[in-house]
Amino acid sequence: MNGLSVLFGCGVFIASLCGAESALAFEDSIAQRVQACTGCHGKQGRAASDGYYPRIAGKPAGYLYNQLLNFRDGRRQYPLMTQLVDPLSNAYLQEIAGYFADLDLPYPAPQPATVTPAVLARGEALALRGDSARGIPACAQCHGPALTGVAPAIPGLLGLPRDYLVAQLGAWRTGNRRAASPDCMAEVARALSPDDVSAVSQWLGAQATPAQAKAVAQLPAPLPKPCGGVAMEAQR
Amino acid sequence: MKRAFAIVLLVLLTLAAAVVVLNFRDEESIDASLPSSPATPEQIARGAYLAQAGNCMGCHTTRDGVPYAGGRGIETPFGTVYTSNLTPDSATGIGRWGPAHFWRALHNGRSRDGHLLYPAFPYTNYTLLRREDSDAIYAYLRSLRPVVQANRAHGLRFPFNTQPALAVWRALYFKPGSSVNDAEQSAEWNRGAYLVQGLGHCNACHGSRNALGATSGTLDLGGGLIPMQNWYAPSLSDPHEAGVAGWQTQQIVDLFKNGVTHGASVLGPMAEVVSGSTQHLSDADLRAMAVYLKALTPTQSESAPPASPSSDLASNRGAKLYEQHCVSCHGDKGEGVPGAYPALAGNRAVTMKSPANLVRIVLEGGFAPSTAGNPRPYGMPPFATTLNNDDTAALLSFVRAAWGNRGSPVSVLEVDRYRGTAK
Repeated sequence: MNGLSVLFGCGVFIASLCGAESALAFEDSIAQRVQACTGCHGKQGRAASDGYYPRIAGKPAGYLYNQLLNFRDGRRQYPLMTQLVDPLSNAYLQEIAGYFADLDLPYPAPQPATVTPAVLARGEALALRGDSARGIPACAQCHGPALTGVAPAIPGLLGLPRDYLVAQLGAWRTGNRRAASPDCMAEVARALSPDDVSAVSQWLGAQATPAQAKAVAQLPAPLPKPCGGVAMEAQR
Repeated sequence: MKRAFAIVLLVLLTLAAAVVVLNFRDEESIDASLPSSPATPEQIARGAYLAQAGNCMGCHTTRDGVPYAGGRGIETPFGTVYTSNLTPDSATGIGRWGPAHFWRALHNGRSRDGHLLYPAFPYTNYTLLRREDSDAIYAYLRSLRPVVQANRAHGLRFPFNTQPALAVWRALYFKPGSSVNDAEQSAEWNRGAYLVQGLGHCNACHGSRNALGATSGTLDLGGGLIPMQNWYAPSLSDPHEAGVAGWQTQQIVDLFKNGVTHGASVLGPMAEVVSGSTQHLSDADLRAMAVYLKALTPTQSESAPPASPSSDLASNRGAKLYEQHCVSCHGDKGEGVPGAYPALAGNRAVTMKSPANLVRIVLEGGFAPSTAGNPRPYGMPPFATTLNNDDTAALLSFVRAAWGNRGSPVSVLEVDRYRGTAK
């Protein structure tokens, strides 16, 4: 990188007077460059299910890239994320997404549910079968039969913290989280009641991730609704 | 009694007349006609370049919005000012503006219909532009695809939302100007002065502002806390802050172009400036700006290092936090890794008087901007959810006093002030 040396930023310009040889173990790699991400998303992006921040390791690359753009362009709201991705180019965001997508790391143990078996059964029904009377498709119809996602743009739903799932469904219901139009997930979330959100998040959070947790290549049937994020990825 | 009343009235009328007169200084009668011949491709290209030099798009575009269609809210201590649509739509943009209207906006701070513009639009700087540059930017904006997007009413508080209040402000703090060639200085220096003081509007952040938001002039680059954003734009003349008198010219050019250079990089609002503006400028113009900045008269601020740091650093809480969270990248002597992680020892960004940027960087993290010269920047993780105010103050006080650094301690109150201002 044309002879660049020690970097530091600080709001505006900064200077330092450092030429000291470093004793630190260091390699010029994408893993080193994205330590800004792993602070919250866990070592190598494999955040555990007991926190808030979602695991990003192994999620489909197109999905991760779409989310980085969504934060930058204001369709998702989380100031720390937004200001981190703001100065970065699309090419670099794509590289970052690809790096985390390619990681194949073991998943943490699921979170034990804290609700009654009846509520859990309700969550399971929504996740696997949906509620056709209310026009709610099953999670599995889009996120894959094993809920491990569909390459390249639909994320898996297992191995995520329950609080994160509740927060995302809630944000989608209120319009605080959005995806490219047509925003299929917003339509689904708006059809869910707060009790539904709680039930399905409890059930999803309590499922062990299967040994084969990679996103599948294809769904057995077409998507029940058109989704802008999927279309955007297909055009890329 | 009657007589006293008459005197007061007379004084008020005189003041009002003075305000009106001062507001129309240096205004020509306006020729409202549109250009009779189309702009040349060269003029449009020149205008596109100058618009980048002024980073017009940065403010006149919302997140994910159409470039130049306006609508971005600029928060000020007096309320929010929304930028206007600069695309050539005749109903909502500048479709019905002639080049003379555009010139009057830049030079005199008045809109097409004559109303006074808020100085969040830095016409206090753009007034220095030459007419041919104004015309080129106008030609470029007219070449854009028209976008129908109505301007949003400003969200300013009384009395700042009134034209008379703005007229008084302008009478006090705005005088139309022009760039003057200094024959004592080189052509390069003069070009740099024109860019730094005019289009670049560097003092909008790097200068101080008074209680009514007025800067102390385009020559003041002595540093300032950016209102509402709470980033400190360091002094460009102070060797203890971001003064570059001791830098190589090329080092300054590299920072503008790549966002990083030997011993420094940009984050926060300056990353936005490099992203949207300086990385696109020619080497000749960047060099001119560098020459001008290098030649600023050095000032000594309160950022001069205080005397002897405390002696029991190694055992304190800040040192332990450093060991836990920072040492793996920044090293146990604060030496960093050249080309990746900044050294903290001997770093002016660490030791300068205002701790605002340090607090922001530790809590919010950040990347230098992706540029052609540094497309894949390294990033600092945010610690907002890991470190509380006490921890942050202890850690920063340690970093500012360790390895020969001689910065003042950071208080919990200061951390609290700068936490949570992320937008």
